[in-house]
Amino acid sequence: MLYREAGDFKTSYSLDNQTFPLKLDRIVFYLTLAVAFLVVPLVINDYWASAILVPFLIYAIAAIGLNILTGYCGQVSLGTGGFMAVGAYACYKLMTAFPDVSILLHIVGAGFVTMVVCTVFGLPSLRIKGFYLAVATLAAQFFLVWLFNKVPWFYNNNASGQISAPERTVFGVPLTGPNTEAWAMYLVCLTFCVASAFIARNLTRGSLGRRWMAIRDMDIAAEIIGVNPLTAKLSAFALSGFFVGISGALFFSVYLGAAEVGESFGIDKSFLVLFMIIIGGLGSIFGCFAGAAFLVVLPVVLKFIGVDILGWAPDLVAHLRLVIVGGLIMFFLIKEPHGLAQLWRVMKEKLRLWPFPH
Amino acid sequence: MPASLLYGVEVLINGLMAGVLYALVALGFVLIYKASGIFNYAQGVMALFAAMTLSGIMEGDIPFSHLINAMFGTQLHSFGWNVPAIAAILLTVVVMALLAWLVQRLVFRHLVGQEPIILFMATIGLAYFLEGIGDLMWGSEIRTLDLALPQGASLAIENATAVLGGDDFYGFFIDKLDVVATMVAAILVAALIAFSQYTKYGRAMRAVADDHQAALSVGISLNFIWVLVWTLAGIVALVAGIMWGAKSGVQFSLSLIALKALPVLMLGGFTSIPGAIVGGLIIGMGEQLFEYTIGGPFLGGATENWFAYMLALVVLIFRPQGLFGERIIERV
Amino acid sequence: MKLHTLLTGAVMASLVAAPAAADLVLPDLSYRTGPYAAGGIPFSDGYQDYFSLLNARDGGIGGEPVRIVECETGYNTEKGVECYESTKGEGALVYQPLSTGITYQLIPKAEADGIPIHTMGYGRTAVKNGEVFNWAFNFPANYWDAASVIVNYLKDENDGDLNGKNIALVYHNSAYGKEPIPTLESLAESEGFTLDLLAVDHPGQEQTSQWLQIRRSRPDYVLMWGWGVMNQVAIQEAANIRYPMENFIGNWWAGAEHDVTPAGAGANGYKSLNMTKVASDFPVLDDIKTMVHDEGNAAGDGSNVGSVLYIRGMYAAMLAAESIAKAQEIHGESDITPAMMRDGMEALEITEARMAELGMSGIGPEFSVSCENHGGPGMGVMQQWDASSGTWTSLTGFMDSDTSVTDPLVVAASKAYADENGVTAACL
Repeated sequence: MLYREAGDFKTSYSLDNQTFPLKLDRIVFYLTLAVAFLVVPLVINDYWASAILVPFLIYAIAAIGLNILTGYCGQVSLGTGGFMAVGAYACYKLMTAFPDVSILLHIVGAGFVTMVVCTVFGLPSLRIKGFYLAVATLAAQFFLVWLFNKVPWFYNNNASGQISAPERTVFGVPLTGPNTEAWAMYLVCLTFCVASAFIARNLTRGSLGRRWMAIRDMDIAAEIIGVNPLTAKLSAFALSGFFVGISGALFFSVYLGAAEVGESFGIDKSFLVLFMIIIGGLGSIFGCFAGAAFLVVLPVVLKFIGVDILGWAPDLVAHLRLVIVGGLIMFFLIKEPHGLAQLWRVMKEKLRLWPFPH
Repeated sequence: MPASLLYGVEVLINGLMAGVLYALVALGFVLIYKASGIFNYAQGVMALFAAMTLSGIMEGDIPFSHLINAMFGTQLHSFGWNVPAIAAILLTVVVMALLAWLVQRLVFRHLVGQEPIILFMATIGLAYFLEGIGDLMWGSEIRTLDLALPQGASLAIENATAVLGGDDFYGFFIDKLDVVATMVAAILVAALIAFSQYTKYGRAMRAVADDHQAALSVGISLNFIWVLVWTLAGIVALVAGIMWGAKSGVQFSLSLIALKALPVLMLGGFTSIPGAIVGGLIIGMGEQLFEYTIGGPFLGGATENWFAYMLALVVLIFRPQGLFGERIIERV
Repeated sequence: MKLHTLLTGAVMASLVAAPAAADLVLPDLSYRTGPYAAGGIPFSDGYQDYFSLLNARDGGIGGEPVRIVECETGYNTEKGVECYESTKGEGALVYQPLSTGITYQLIPKAEADGIPIHTMGYGRTAVKNGEVFNWAFNFPANYWDAASVIVNYLKDENDGDLNGKNIALVYHNSAYGKEPIPTLESLAESEGFTLDLLAVDHPGQEQTSQWLQIRRSRPDYVLMWGWGVMNQVAIQEAANIRYPMENFIGNWWAGAEHDVTPAGAGANGYKSLNMTKVASDFPVLDDIKTMVHDEGNAAGDGSNVGSVLYIRGMYAAMLAAESIAKAQEIHGESDITPAMMRDGMEALEITEARMAELGMSGIGPEFSVSCENHGGPGMGVMQQWDASSGTWTSLTGFMDSDTSVTDPLVVAASKAYADENGVTAACL
């Protein structure tokens, strides 16, 4: 009832193949975009930007990157934190080496640098599979963190070993540094996020995406029907690295403004992003957003309920938060192992028939 | 013999002993993975939880006192008694068995037949959950485990070996705790092997590990076996927690020892108990020797963390299933 | 649907979280969970208890009640940002970020927002130069002072001569751990000792190879810049190789009770630097017990009173309270703003008479803050652990650091920061 496809006719293949085949979906999608781009920047404040929206958008980009690799191509990776660090340090080096070039180009450049690094660390995937590969990507994680900590060149030989983002402007509006307005921070992340989702969505439904999925479902069979595992796997690593690198660059330059590799890009970051895509749904772009929203918003909400409404001690709430997040993760996996995206699909199916399910 | 060579030997021995401690953690992973195909990331947190519980029981603390105080405004802290170590260890084993039963009953029973990555994720959820529950039960301050385990350099070995080198050689340094850990690990492995070879439930466990379907059809209760392996993993976690906790006190970082066990697993193979032991020894020895010969002098040190993974990675390139893992056979 | 309700909840969060109140708001970014909880709990208890005492005894500061807003960071930078953003709207007067990572992020943000930051013995050392960092303070001492004070102490021990001595530094392999290296290197050159650097990777559970190397090279002294589990393991390993504990010296974040107790009797004689004197007989502690704890207003479970980090937290609270009083005096207003607070901090003067009046005679050095020097006198106390009685005892009075070594480093580091971020150095 709420959801109707009656009267929604397709007269060409391209119409039939569009991302949102239902008119209602399209309307909702464009409305969401319009609100995100036109309304939210007007009402956003520092708290909303820094505590919820900006981390959500940045994690969504990282989740898209990892989902390409894990959800579409079936290669489990626990090196996301390390690859985000590559993006962040590449962005820092580019920012300080070429101060006159636009920061936006630096962020994209950081994506390309990460792409190369990620491809190199993807090479073992041609031999190693499953959990063995997941653990092998941890080698990348630990090595990269050690490297950025050890070699002073990466942090421009400063005394503290921390990198901090100097102020850079686009059209006179600061995008990095302390004077960045909440809306500018939000808009630049939103733009990158929408662009990433757009690219990822169109890649995954093209021939490249189909090759990835063939590898995921059964790599030997895929090889026999003519999918080259070398190019398929490495292209997944490369594109995944590109998006993860962009998210790392944004994370450092726009969101945090300063970072230390061990603290900001440690192993927990890798797990967090992996969490997001599994909770959200493997092999789904919507799932990346749902998972990122879930894990960014949930702790804030729990803290708000515990500390501000119930007035409990913050440490007690922090412990309970761990229990609740852990419990909810297990609960969701039991109820819907395919994540929030699947839940959403089921719900849509039900809404389509509602209120006459028979 | 020149001192540098002797010191190399010393590093080697200490590396092997450190490897035993890694293997202790890895053993818990292998037990569960073999029987149920679950890659249990929560093993490290289980070690922390077990050690916290042991210390809490020994000191007679009231579990959840912080939470109870916050909810009812009471001032509860301690029962005011001390439980002897042996009784406390037994009680902790009971707690771990209860935990195993709950985990199986409430979580993994509902996830039978899911993809490995989903199961893996569920164990990460479990890790968060246990971490929070452990803190709620016993508080997040550092606890000391007072089991009177011997610690410190073994003087006898030091004096006996000092004659091997010249004036700049001080004898081999061997930590008594490491010796104890090695013995405990040996006993534990022997007991596990005896259990799985000579007892009814041990054989049932192996049957399940071989083939779920076949085991079911000869009347073995999968549920029971899974509770059993989780309990065994809990006991292994307790032992690992005691050994590591004796070094650093029982605190949050104890849960991070899981990360030290992962390269061991890669190297030894996820499904082999001897693999976990040999893998642990190779990793422990390899990372210490690398730090001694190359990492420390040329790369600025602190290479242990990544070197273990790199070593395992190189081995995997040649043997994708690890040294002792079951051969991966793929069919279309 | 789930998401929708969550978002609605969050909307409410932001609406409720910004009431304007007419009291003195002091956020406490504590970390009572996570890997460093053992260090965070006593500090936060001390910080909060002192303000509770002021509220109970004096009715606040200058007649204005103090309101503590505790926010749990878990030592995590992102949660730190969330805490900062959620509390700054309430009129927060000063932030104690309590983590190197959070500090680095907040320094530029707080400057843009006009809220002072106080990093006591941690964070960015260059902050000492108040002309570049107008809004950040790190009195009474910083890491470079700490390194220099320790070397001065060792010089005293060796009749003023460190020539030919060998000193090893065991450090946490992070920005924090690497802080003292430039100072120690330049001191090694001027004093003629050799310096060995031994990095320990986070978290520091495994230190076999580092301590085997110490056993091989037998340095005359071992210094430690450690934090978290690394401290307990290092002290245990030092006891294991029977390194003489009195030659093993930690910095002030490696010298609390919980660092030494797991090693038991083996830790006896271990030394560490401190920025305050420790004593359980400060009269103020009795006041806290009777007026705060007995009333049931303790910040934690009340077990930490008098411990090293508790006293440090209390000292930090005292400095903040005195700055507030100073600001009230300067501006003649009791309900001060963060900008007034900054003026108060910059004009802060701590005298022995005042400390005695507050019931903590000799807890810290006498000093005054100025625009050129936001870092205080840079003094430290050497303390030693007595395992049998389970107490720290101060071995020395407040010792000076060698400013001729540290000052040029501060100038260079703050200049580099100013250049990179386009700051022109000036007093406000």
